Amino acid sequence: MYDTLVIGGQEVASRLFLGTGKFASNSMIPELVNVSGARVVTVAIRRVDPDYPEENVANYIPAGCIQMPNTSGARNAREAVRIAKLGRAAGCGNWVKIEVIADNRYLLPDNYETIKATEELAADGFVVLPYISPDLMAARKLEEVGAAAVMPLGAPIGTNRGLKTKELIKILIEEISLPVIVDAGIGRPSQAAEAMEMGAAAVLVNTAIATAKDPLAMARAFGQAVEAGRTAFLANPGEVFEYARASSPLTGFLRNE
Amino acid sequence: MSFYEEYKKFSSDGFLSFFNELEDKDIRCVLSKSRLSNLDYLALLSPRAEKYLEEMAQKAHRLTLQHFGRTIQLFTPLYLSNYCVNSCVYCGFQVHNKLVRKKLSPDEVNAEAQIIAGTGLKHILILTGESRKHSPVTYIKDCTSVLKKYFTSIAIEVYPLSEQEYADLVRIGVDSLTMYQEAYNEQVYLAMHPAGPKRDYQFRLDAPERACRAGIRSVNLGALLGLHDWRTEAFFTGLHADYLQNNYPDVEVSISPPRMRPHLGGFTPPVAVSDKNLVQYILAFRLFMPRGGITVSTRENPQLREDLIKLGVTKMSAGSCTAVGGRTEPAESTGQFDISDERDVAAMTGVIYSHGYQPVFKDWQTI
Ligand code: SF4
Repeated sequence: MYDTLVIGGQEVASRLFLGTGKFASNSMIPELVNVSGARVVTVAIRRVDPDYPEENVANYIPAGCIQMPNTSGARNAREAVRIAKLGRAAGCGNWVKIEVIADNRYLLPDNYETIKATEELAADGFVVLPYISPDLMAARKLEEVGAAAVMPLGAPIGTNRGLKTKELIKILIEEISLPVIVDAGIGRPSQAAEAMEMGAAAVLVNTAIATAKDPLAMARAFGQAVEAGRTAFLANPGEVFEYARASSPLTGFLRNE
Repeated sequence: MSFYEEYKKFSSDGFLSFFNELEDKDIRCVLSKSRLSNLDYLALLSPRAEKYLEEMAQKAHRLTLQHFGRTIQLFTPLYLSNYCVNSCVYCGFQVHNKLVRKKLSPDEVNAEAQIIAGTGLKHILILTGESRKHSPVTYIKDCTSVLKKYFTSIAIEVYPLSEQEYADLVRIGVDSLTMYQEAYNEQVYLAMHPAGPKRDYQFRLDAPERACRAGIRSVNLGALLGLHDWRTEAFFTGLHADYLQNNYPDVEVSISPPRMRPHLGGFTPPVAVSDKNLVQYILAFRLFMPRGGITVSTRENPQLREDLIKLGVTKMSAGSCTAVGGRTEPAESTGQFDISDERDVAAMTGVIYSHGYQPVFKDWQTI
């Protein structure tokens, strides 16, 4: 069976996406990519510094990876569009993760502004992956205006709390034909595996790896978990039974009638 | 709206009885919460909480990693002018002090900017004394235009402006404001600021809010530690930060806990603030506002700055110089205060990496 993820017409070899904002050093990125197998790596355009190669995160993304700049720092659609265009002009490619956050206490995304930014950037030729609160109507709208995938949060950014929005993400997976990539909140490989078993197309992880005592081992574990979860999804898990199946059924006496 | 209303809800006698009534179980209860109320924050600033510093540190460390990762943002201050009409009793630049007054010309700003830009930093904080005559808003604008060629983020630490003036500066590329209230206690404030426009307590108190309304991206607040009881000053700083975050959720709010440093004029701070006190303040604030920024300047000594990295600090200055034009002509003028950590950007970069953290030179770009 040939199982590929295609986003914006491009085949993506791994379903683990790696975020880069929180590592102890950019120089860890190539090794983390290597052990986790990740092939999509996000970078915050706000951190990209073309003038200073040693500290420029974009210079640490290994060849063969898709660089996915994000618009972190944008407070509304207008700012997100400007940041995305700045990123493209700085050579970050035409994939973009739209992050529009106007609440610094919880960092929850603004779906309405995200839809506006997505519409404008998709029309401008970007491959747009919007980060959203998992809301079906918003996801449908994003599909309509040209998003290449939707990226609902599993829990607030950085919390490592896991799939708190599971029921809502399930609905998106069932109802939306775009890839659904669980972004934010995943704190353990088991949670990544669970998202993949549910049918998520991919997961994006940063904090869980960056805050682990051994980020490399954790990156490897996430790579394995995502693969295991995907394989389990494709294997179509057996039905879950409410009661044990008795070997001596209580209604066996009716068998001969 | 004004934070003044919030400030007035607390009378200074209340603090003492609040602290006296706290029991260990109250502190433990606060430590188990994920969202702290104002009074929970005050409890963590209490003498009673001192014996829970390690628990607070563990939690503060975890929260900081969670929200900011292993990163420390670096910036440097650039003093544009030391002309000042105020007579703040604790400051070397005050109007009565005899010192070489200087104001950088656009060419001199350019020369200083080149030196700083050579270190790789992209965030700069520009400072002036309060003199609408020598450093009017038009002057700040001219300097900003020069600096924009070199830096992606420009913060100002200047006298309080009107909302319209903030809006004008935001439009031309200023994105952050630092405004220390110096002393939140109004009586102490008046005593420390005997004359000059800075005496207007409320105009200064409301300045960050005017900047928020004018569309600034981030604000940094602080009380100058040493002027008054640090626990209540820390409390009001946190309360002010929380107030702004609640009312302007799209603004990034941070605090600085600056301690008094020696300077020309020889003012002795009335209150001593120990390292332990400073740490308690930083930890309590981190638990109160897990996503709030915390800035530690080169006023603090090198070892303490390094120790603070793991406790919740998110921004540090490096390669500081508090004299106007001090980078191009080191001997020319006197600094506002003595700095304690003289390490340059390259050295700080190495130090931060050695602690397992990444120095971030560029974390924002004016768009
Ligand atoms: S603290 Fe500021 S306003 Fe006060 S004297 Fe010094 S430079 Fe002037």
